[in-house]
Order: sequence, then C-alpha cells, then structure tokens
Amino acid sequence: MSLDTFRIGFLPLVDAALPILAHELGFAEAEGIAIELVRDVTWAAVRDRLLYGHTDAAHLVAPLAISTALGRDRPAVPMAVPFVLGLNGNALTFSTALGEAVGLGETLGDPVAIGVALKAVAERRRDAGKPLRFGVVHRHSSHNYMLRYWLAGVGIRPDTDVAIIVTSPPFAADALAAGEVDGICVGEPWNSIAVDRGVGRIALATAQIWRRGVEKVLAMRADRAEERRDGVLRLIRALHAAAAHFVDPETVEQSAAILSRPHYLNAPVDAILRAITDRIRVVPGGEPVHYPDFMFQYREAANFPWRSQAAWLYAQMVRWEGLPFSPEDAATAQDVFRPDLYRAALAGSGAPLPGASSKLEGALVEPIGAGSTQGRLVLGSDPFFDGRAFDPDDIPGYLAGLP
Amino acid sequence: MRIAIIDTSSTRAAIISDGLREAGLTDLVVIDPTGPLAAQVERAAPEVVLINLENPSRDVLEDFFAMSRALDRPIAMFVDQSEPESTMAAVDAGVSAYVVDGLAKQRIKPILDLAVRRFQAFSRLQTELAEAKTALADRQVIDRAKAILMRRRGLDEPAAYALLRSHAMTSNRRIADVAEAIVTSEQLMGDLP
Repeated sequence: MSLDTFRIGFLPLVDAALPILAHELGFAEAEGIAIELVRDVTWAAVRDRLLYGHTDAAHLVAPLAISTALGRDRPAVPMAVPFVLGLNGNALTFSTALGEAVGLGETLGDPVAIGVALKAVAERRRDAGKPLRFGVVHRHSSHNYMLRYWLAGVGIRPDTDVAIIVTSPPFAADALAAGEVDGICVGEPWNSIAVDRGVGRIALATAQIWRRGVEKVLAMRADRAEERRDGVLRLIRALHAAAAHFVDPETVEQSAAILSRPHYLNAPVDAILRAITDRIRVVPGGEPVHYPDFMFQYREAANFPWRSQAAWLYAQMVRWEGLPFSPEDAATAQDVFRPDLYRAALAGSGAPLPGASSKLEGALVEPIGAGSTQGRLVLGSDPFFDGRAFDPDDIPGYLAGLP
Repeated sequence: MRIAIIDTSSTRAAIISDGLREAGLTDLVVIDPTGPLAAQVERAAPEVVLINLENPSRDVLEDFFAMSRALDRPIAMFVDQSEPESTMAAVDAGVSAYVVDGLAKQRIKPILDLAVRRFQAFSRLQTELAEAKTALADRQVIDRAKAILMRRRGLDEPAAYALLRSHAMTSNRRIADVAEAIVTSEQLMGDLP
C-alpha cells in the first residue's frame, strides 16, 4: 500500500526537528503517512513552494503564515496552522566588539541591564552617524518582533536609533563575522556556530523576552488542509509523537546526530545538542549555561495553536509596519491558527487538550492548572520581560499602552 | 521597460539577458549577486526583477521592497495571481519575478514566459554538461581498469575490454561501474603504491 505523502519544506534549523524526526524515526509511517523533506535557504522560497504546490506543508516562521493570509506584500492566500512546531529556541548574538562594549558576562544576563548598556552604545553610534545594525531572519518573523519588542521596551527605537536588516539563518554568522551587522537574532544552531567560530557572544535567549513565545509552525494552504483533512490529522499525530520523543533526555544525542546530517542542517552535532538540551555556550570556549526554557516543545501543550498567539503576532505587525489596526485583519490572523484541527487529531490520545482556544498571554507568574477537555494541563509562567500582559480581545488598548 | 536580473549563476544570467534582448527588451540590468543587493536594485530602479527561486537573497529583497513601500515608492510583489498557470510554471522552472505595481499584467506575462524558457534552456545545458563530465569520467575509469586487467592477466587491450564488457553484461551493470569496482579493489587489495 502506498502511503499518503506530505512534502514538507524546511530551513536548516534545530526547530525543523519534528518533521525530520517524524520521518526518520517512523512516527509518520506509524500513522500511515510518508514525509518527504524539501530544504531551502530562504523563507521566501519555503513560502513560494508551499503556495504553488511544490510542497504540501512547511516549517515556517509563524508571522509569515499570517502575513501571507493577510496579503501583506503579495496577494493574499488563506493559510492554516494546525500545529506549533515549538516555542522560542532563538537567541540574540552580539559581535565580539559590541558584546564587550555593553559588558556581556560569561552567562545569560538580565534583559533590562543589557538593554540599558545597549541604549548608551546605540545612541553614541546613532549620533556618530553609524547606527548599530541588527540582522533578523525575515521581516515577518518572530525574531524581528521579539527583538523590536525588547529594544522598544528598554527605550531604543527600532528604525530610528538602530537599523534592522534581513539575513537568512545560514548566513547570519557570516554577516556577523564580516562586520555587516553588530548583532543577529536567529534560531539555532546559528548562534552557537557564531560563538564557536569566535565571532560573537550570546546576549539573550528570546525566551528571556517572552517566556512562551510562539516560534515555528506547521503551515499549509487552507484549501489543501481541507482537501487532505484526514492526512493532516495523521500528520499532527505523527509530529506530536515526534515531539514527545524529542524532549526525552534519553534520545537527545540520537536526535542531534540525525539533525546534523548534510541533508538536514549540515551543522556540527555538538552545537545542535547544546540547543536541544537547553545548554547554551554564550562565550567562545565557555562552559555551557543551563537555561531550562531555551527551546520549548511538547510540554504544557506547547504545540497547541493558541489563537491569542496569532493575535499577538498580528498586533506586532500593526505596531511596526505602520498599518492601521483592523478588526477584520485581526480575525483573519487568528483564523490562521487552527485549534480545531489540533483537537480533532489528538482527541482520544491522552494528550492534554486545552478547553479554550485563546488566553491572556504573558499573565502567568507561576504555573497553574488550566481548563482542559482531555488530560491534565498545567501552564508554566509565561511573562514578557517587561511584565506586560496581552489581551487578544483588546488589541487597540494593548497597542496604545506600549512604548 | 527596465528589467533587473539577479542570478547566482552568471551563465544563466547571460542566457536570460540574451533571450530578453532578442525579444526586443534591451533595458536590462544584471545585478552582481555578491555586491550590496538593495543598493544596486535601488540604483537600477527596475520595473521587473527576475531572480532565481533558490537565491539566498530573496528574503533580503522582499524586505527591501516592503521598506520601499514605507518610503512611499512603488509597491513590489510576487507575480500577480490572476495568472496562476504562468506563476506556477515560473516557480517550477525556478524563477521568481517581482513586478512593480501598476505594470499591466499583459506586459509581464511574455517576460515571464520567456524567462521560464531560458531557465529551462539553462538546465538542459547543465544536464548536458553533467552528462559530458560523466562520460569523460567513465572513459577514464574504464581505461584504468583495462590497464589493470592487461597487467594482471596478461591480456591485450581488446581482450581486456571484452572481459569488462562481458562481465558487465552478465552482472547487468554498467561497464563503468564494473571498471570502478576493479580500480577500487586494486587500490585496496593490489600491490600498487
């Protein structure tokens, strides 16, 4: 019997792990599907292959799925995100010179303290006519929004005090080495590779900016998700099983070895292993620092597509792209995230299923039990570094209160 | 109409440029993919940008276009979806086009169709080149295998070749593969230095 095949586009990043492991370790086959992986080097190519049918699904930066559905910069195509591939897992890496200028230590520092030091450097550089430049992986990426959120929160105006430009993940360390940028906000293993090459030091994990920030998602065209609904449910179950395997401490070395292969990340196994185990080497030659929530898959229903996360991303788009807030756009953005498909796939499996599809983001200061229709769900604390909470039902009010 | 071409392969960029020129589109700018992309595109001020799908600078280019809009300059976007067939053909061939908003759709379609044909011509060229290279490599390895057989088994050249061929036929393998195996085995087991 031939298997129902999903071609899945991806970029060489650690958080492409779940589709890769689902394919390599038989989780897909166990669900009666086959996965073929298609590697690219830019998010634009991953998106285009998805839109024009080269692939059926993609590992994608979450905001790009939303901007595609909203028709930003190109004609709109309805999108569906039935599964979140992970939370956080990115870092902000400074060039060696900038790291010294702001006094980075041997461990991950405090976002506010680093922000204060950076503001002084940024203003000096701006006044000298050579503003600091930061590279992010795509304008519609969580990296861009996390970086901007933090900069604005510590009093540095993105686009005015500093410049933010785009550089593809596999070239981010090169851009840092060549002095094209003073800092990069990128996914792993590219921060660790920059550190190991001795061209940068890690300033912050993005988890320090938003403890439970949505990162890569499984994205599909909405029409294709509808046509292949049964297959999509199988795919979700396969990815969920791969996620459980991925977070098992017994399997991390195997996972790192698979990801490091030339066909996937083509990167040193050691750097990948550090990311998977939340042990981050922040300075060249230093001892890795354990930061438990660096990269977050599986636990606390991390793969559940919360509509409120899509709403936060939409709010950032409004905030930084100079376009007016629109209730219709907000609804379109939230409709991209498909908790209905996630629930349908995992009903009866024992996986915790949240009772709600939206929540107040960033409001939990300590873990609490959350309402669930199945299984026991505990949500960990999820603060933003500045202590603000995000209410998806009042985006204009939230935007008005931001610096 | 000014068209900018961005390609990691200078051969392919030349093939596309030639095709466009033959079609009477002579206002062309070939962007140096190793130089600063946004600055070059800005200087060229093209109405259409042709770029290969796998170019590592596509995200950078899209960011530049989006920024241009913020600066109140023309909107750029991926080929209009009202022509889904030609868009799909373009993506299949590996070409992406960015079109300045307001440019009539009927004017971009022939450019895109032409670009697709030139991309296909280039990939045919690549295939032929790869085949020629393989043929050359095959001949070299067969010559080495023949030399080994001649020396080890005291055969003349036609007999060595006949032996190779008959073994290939009975084992249902390419002569070059059999030759490769002989050369490898000689390196591992033989008394050659």
